[in-house]
Amino acid sequence: MFPKWFDDWNRKNPKDIYGPAILVGAVGGAIFVAAFLVTWGQPLATDSMQTGPRGTGMSVPEFKADLATPDPAIELILANEPLIPEPGEELAGDIYQNVQVLGGLTDANFNRLMAAMTEWVSPDQGCAYCHGDGGLETYGSDDLYTKVVARRMIQMTQNINENWDGHVNANKQVGVTCMTCHRGQNVPSNIWFKITPVNESVAGWAAVQNRATSISQSTSLPSDALEKYLLEYEQINVHDLESRVKNQPGDPLIQQTERTYSLMNYFSNSLGVNCVFCHNSRAFYDPGQVTPQWGTASLGIAMVQELNNDYLVPLQDVYPEHRLGPIYADAPKAACKTCHQGYQQPLQGTNVIADWPELATTSGTPVYE
Amino acid sequence: MAEYQNIFTQVQVRGPIEWGTDNEFNLAEERVGKPGFSSLFGWIGNAQLGPVYLGAYGVVSIACLILWFNIIGISMLAQVGWSIPEFLRQLFWLALEPPGPEYGLRMPPLNDGGWFIIAGFFFLVSLGAWFMRTYSLARQHKMGKHLAWAFLALVWLIAVLGLIRPVLMGSWSEAVPYGIFPHLDWTTAFSIRYGNLYYNPFHCLSIVFLYGSVLLFAMHGGTILAVTRFGGDRELEQIYDRGTATERAALFWRWTMGFNATMEGIHRWAWWFAVLTPITGGIGILLTGTVVDNWFIWAQEHNFAPLYDGSYGYADYGSYEAFIGQEN
Repeated sequence: MFPKWFDDWNRKNPKDIYGPAILVGAVGGAIFVAAFLVTWGQPLATDSMQTGPRGTGMSVPEFKADLATPDPAIELILANEPLIPEPGEELAGDIYQNVQVLGGLTDANFNRLMAAMTEWVSPDQGCAYCHGDGGLETYGSDDLYTKVVARRMIQMTQNINENWDGHVNANKQVGVTCMTCHRGQNVPSNIWFKITPVNESVAGWAAVQNRATSISQSTSLPSDALEKYLLEYEQINVHDLESRVKNQPGDPLIQQTERTYSLMNYFSNSLGVNCVFCHNSRAFYDPGQVTPQWGTASLGIAMVQELNNDYLVPLQDVYPEHRLGPIYADAPKAACKTCHQGYQQPLQGTNVIADWPELATTSGTPVYE
Repeated sequence: MAEYQNIFTQVQVRGPIEWGTDNEFNLAEERVGKPGFSSLFGWIGNAQLGPVYLGAYGVVSIACLILWFNIIGISMLAQVGWSIPEFLRQLFWLALEPPGPEYGLRMPPLNDGGWFIIAGFFFLVSLGAWFMRTYSLARQHKMGKHLAWAFLALVWLIAVLGLIRPVLMGSWSEAVPYGIFPHLDWTTAFSIRYGNLYYNPFHCLSIVFLYGSVLLFAMHGGTILAVTRFGGDRELEQIYDRGTATERAALFWRWTMGFNATMEGIHRWAWWFAVLTPITGGIGILLTGTVVDNWFIWAQEHNFAPLYDGSYGYADYGSYEAFIGQEN
């Protein structure tokens, strides 16, 4: 490859070039990296939120870059002040046909809400998504499943705002609207369906775990955690609270622990937090060492159980086939991630209910202030 | 002169193939495989590969291990509907699970833990035969049985996890699943279920011996490499005829920390630390669920789980709004 004189010269003048080259490369590289870190700063800087006593390591870390970026969905929320009704104003129930839930609203507020719902749920399809193409005369018709589902969802929203205040408004008034889950989509993106068993040729516990699935959060933990705990009211039970006893019948086993672990993984990912947001991880069960968030989350579990069983699952027969689950044709269901979408508080704690007293009460007669 | 004193072995000394001793046990006769040399192996150890002594115990052990391994693999393959791509994709997630708790210590159906019991049986036979092989090979070489007992310590831990503890708990469902991630999940769940295994004193001891083994290994390896230039790598000669290598190594440690192990004693340290790791770990697991059901509460009763002053919850340390920079 090289001319002969070059090879000859090299042979006669042996010199170790690799040692110095590696040394210079390593030292030079280190100086380069150090210079960048000093001038540009740490690219992966984190900040952390302390959640428990000093010495327990309880804190939730986040990248500063992430903290500096607000949830992009917040921009989708548009200010829309309620119109205070005048005495004697005509109500939607008297003007339009078949207004079952929102009949107590004034015409102006009724149309304000309808327009907003279109933006929240079907910005592309418009009013026709629920009301069809038949013109204003057929708006009272319940022919489209979307309208039947929407009515039930309004009731659900009102129920959440009124009766699950302890969960939804635990820190301050934020409330929920259609927007909290839908974010401009016909179907919220973080719904779930039953998928177990996930393994073939096996029965029992082996059939419901050891697969990377969306519900197991890509772990090998059980994929039936949402189904058992957030639909079938199975008790979340992990520990024995005696220091020294034999396992009693009915005591939780490692299998229940793994399933709970799966649920907790889902919790963490839904809220973008870690275990120590709610628990002191040295004693997960100890009610004396949990944070107030643990109580809020426990209420959330009860809330989701009610939403699934009283509102979402009963709509099973209303949905067309393409809205049902891919395996069992079951109704779409909600859980933590449906609202939270990766944030401790949905939409980072933005108050979405202030403009919508219509959605804040089940009484049918909203209170305007 | 070639460099020999290095962190990695650089010189590969090769002579004629070394056959080793032949004695009244007909060792040479039963050795199998045509020996050869490998430069690659020479980089990390002895360049000579083979021959191997299998013997009856070796054959039984390997056969049972292959059966165990294949039962697990084929079960995993069946679980993904015999799809090879899916098998590869989910390999780290898949497992052969023990039976459900409803079967207790009875033989469960094959598809619900039956294969697990069968695989576990072959695994234990394989481990037992390997122990016998280690023992009999040591006997034939007229060696001490240290390696056999050390292997038995490992078998003890495995047997506690898969046999002794499940029997004491009255259910095969207590056993550890065979799978990469699933056995790790089991480990975490086991700790959480029994109130945090870190408060189990035998778990603490096991960690001490595990990390201690690592430390001793590094200290001993480093010391011997550092004195090989004085013949320190000929450890056996140094044991019965202490030379300057030993003197320097001993002085180094005595002047560093006031105490030094002996050329022979350091190997006792290493052996006991290694062997005590699974022995204490096994005791800790054996006590969990059978004697102690919640190690954290147990630790509180024994006054070594401290209480911390301070509030729980972020509200007392700052606000969420301030954290996300949305404070008004």
